[in-house]
Amino acid sequence: MASHFLKSTLAAALLSAIAVPAFAVDLQFYFPVSVGGKAADTIQSLTEDYVKSHKDVTIDAIYAGSYTDALTKAMTAARGGNAPQLSVLLSTDMFTLIDQDLIQPFDDFVSADEGKAWFGSFYPAFMLNSQTGGKTWGIPFQRSTPVMYWNKEAFKEAGLDPDKAPATWEEMVEYGHKLTKKDASGNVTQWGLRIPLDGFPYWLFQGLSTPAGAILANADGNKTDFANPKVVEALTFLVKMAKEEKIMEEGVTAWSATPKAFFEREAAMIWTTTGNLTNIRTNAPFDFGVGFLPKHERYGAPTGGGNFVLFKDATEEQKKAAVQFVKWMTEPEQAAKWSIATGYVAPSPAAWETEAMKAYAKDVPQAAVARDQLEYAVAELSTYENQKVTNFLNDAIHAALAGEKTPEEALKEAQEKAERVLKNYR
Amino acid sequence: MKRDWIYALLLLLPAMVLLMGFTHIPAIETVISSFFSTPHGRRPAHFVGLENYRYLLEDDVFIRSCWNNLIYSAITIPASIIIALVMALFVHNRMAGLSFLRMAFFTPTVLPMIAVGNIWLFFYTPSFGLIDQIRGLFGLPAQNWMGSTDTVLYTVLVVAVWKNAGFFMIFYLAALQTIPTQLREAASLEGAGRWTFFRRVTVPLIMPTTLFIMVNAIINSVRLIDHIFIMTQGGPNNASRLLLYHIYEVAFEYWDTAPASAMTVVILAVLSLLAIGQFFWLDRKVHYR
Repeated sequence: MASHFLKSTLAAALLSAIAVPAFAVDLQFYFPVSVGGKAADTIQSLTEDYVKSHKDVTIDAIYAGSYTDALTKAMTAARGGNAPQLSVLLSTDMFTLIDQDLIQPFDDFVSADEGKAWFGSFYPAFMLNSQTGGKTWGIPFQRSTPVMYWNKEAFKEAGLDPDKAPATWEEMVEYGHKLTKKDASGNVTQWGLRIPLDGFPYWLFQGLSTPAGAILANADGNKTDFANPKVVEALTFLVKMAKEEKIMEEGVTAWSATPKAFFEREAAMIWTTTGNLTNIRTNAPFDFGVGFLPKHERYGAPTGGGNFVLFKDATEEQKKAAVQFVKWMTEPEQAAKWSIATGYVAPSPAAWETEAMKAYAKDVPQAAVARDQLEYAVAELSTYENQKVTNFLNDAIHAALAGEKTPEEALKEAQEKAERVLKNYR
Repeated sequence: MKRDWIYALLLLLPAMVLLMGFTHIPAIETVISSFFSTPHGRRPAHFVGLENYRYLLEDDVFIRSCWNNLIYSAITIPASIIIALVMALFVHNRMAGLSFLRMAFFTPTVLPMIAVGNIWLFFYTPSFGLIDQIRGLFGLPAQNWMGSTDTVLYTVLVVAVWKNAGFFMIFYLAALQTIPTQLREAASLEGAGRWTFFRRVTVPLIMPTTLFIMVNAIINSVRLIDHIFIMTQGGPNNASRLLLYHIYEVAFEYWDTAPASAMTVVILAVLSLLAIGQFFWLDRKVHYR
């Protein structure tokens, strides 16, 4: 009797040992959410789908707060020897992460041909913030770009063609004057234009400096070009729209209140991220259009948003499994699902060819505007010690807007400060 | 009897472990790391002497944060204390709706600072924020106080006063309740007016509370910065940047821990000096019994 019992327990133990794969790889994956709504749910459900079809991995997808929070969490965890294997972080943090020796390029885990095909499948504009020194450090995932939204009703009231956005800087100013309305006592009730510049003003400012013909930083991330006369021209133009033309509210306006200001008809044209499209589509009480940022010397806008990055401090198996997961997540079907749920731009042309995406683009033609603008898009400002260097430019923009310094002085100072930091990296 | 000190030590141990682990050892480590460079992945920290401190003198953002914090403290501390005292005197007397008033004054204290930041963000929002909706009734133009470098510091300062005053009021209220009523009767027999009574009796008797509140107010004016994250992120052009916010950003966003350590040491030194000064100098002027 006793031996019979022993045999059956042994058999059961053996069976369970076979049923559970001996080498299940555990992965930890941090993701930030910076747009409202379904982003977190979508990531969770995509991850679950993957784990269901891949029994050899378990993935713990951890919501890590805003982009800054996620970076802080990942860096702190890494310093404590407890880094996640995978994270979505701002594409602009690439140089910081390389400098801290925390991440590993994806090239190490795919063959040369495989890599070429995979990295080449994304829009080139998105790869600008993902590659440096011939290596690919980030895989585009939740990427965006700023666009202009305009209120078609306000356009009609002002006698403008509601289907035509201003195409150039001059037109934008001209439209802005027509759209700025005042009440009897001279108080403005509707501004022509709103470019929110609190928090991270450099991003939307790149929507002016790029059309002016300037590139703010080199591809190695160790030299900035803030004092370029074209950058000065862009900043001068920005200040002029507020102070002289008076088509934009003076001072710094808030990013977060901008969609609301648009709905409340406080501003007839706004600049904000494509990530706001779903929000504006649901809440705008009027017809609206989405267009390119106006051109000057050329069309141009920065890209933005987050990439997948691979942390160094993990076993080879974990890293291989992580790369497989990233590959799956960025496949057209998954990218389409993700893009439709959030409003982020699907990062590869193939994703736009899927049935789901085609149906979406037909239903919401505005979504395709951001994709088309990618042709003219440049890298988002990113350097070594990124936050610090970027803040030099942010301060310069704010100082010029407040009239504390002239655009020229402010930018010259920012460039000098950036030089002092970045010369150590050449 | 000789082993008494062992018992004493054992009794002290839990508190000491916590205090050492979370206050003293980190403070000492901060002082040490302020003499080293920031370690980067490929370049470990090395000794740099006073270099980090010298850098602070050149860092105009740090200097600006110091000035901002000075203005911020110089206004929030007296303002919140005076308002707290006035509110306490107001709700100290018996009157209709007393508990409702007390609750109303105390509510800001219970709210988390992040919620407070969001509420005030809505108040200040140009055009459709609460303040502008009220101003609109009188035909006043929209303001953008949070977007202007001249006014932004005061917008965050008001929030701090609003938040602190209710808290301090509770202490004053408790102190006022302990003043014996006989004193008031005696004073009125002597023919002292209300103002004289307040100045000569009330104020001296609540002096210990005032000292306590003052220490707290000073610490809060350096420590309570959560609303800055929500409302202004220190902008525009660093006009609302306070010291602790600057330290946080340098340490955990720039990952430049060396100058951040040096700044922390500076704050620690200033606050310790202030606390010592308050306890040794003001204590003599405070009437405890």
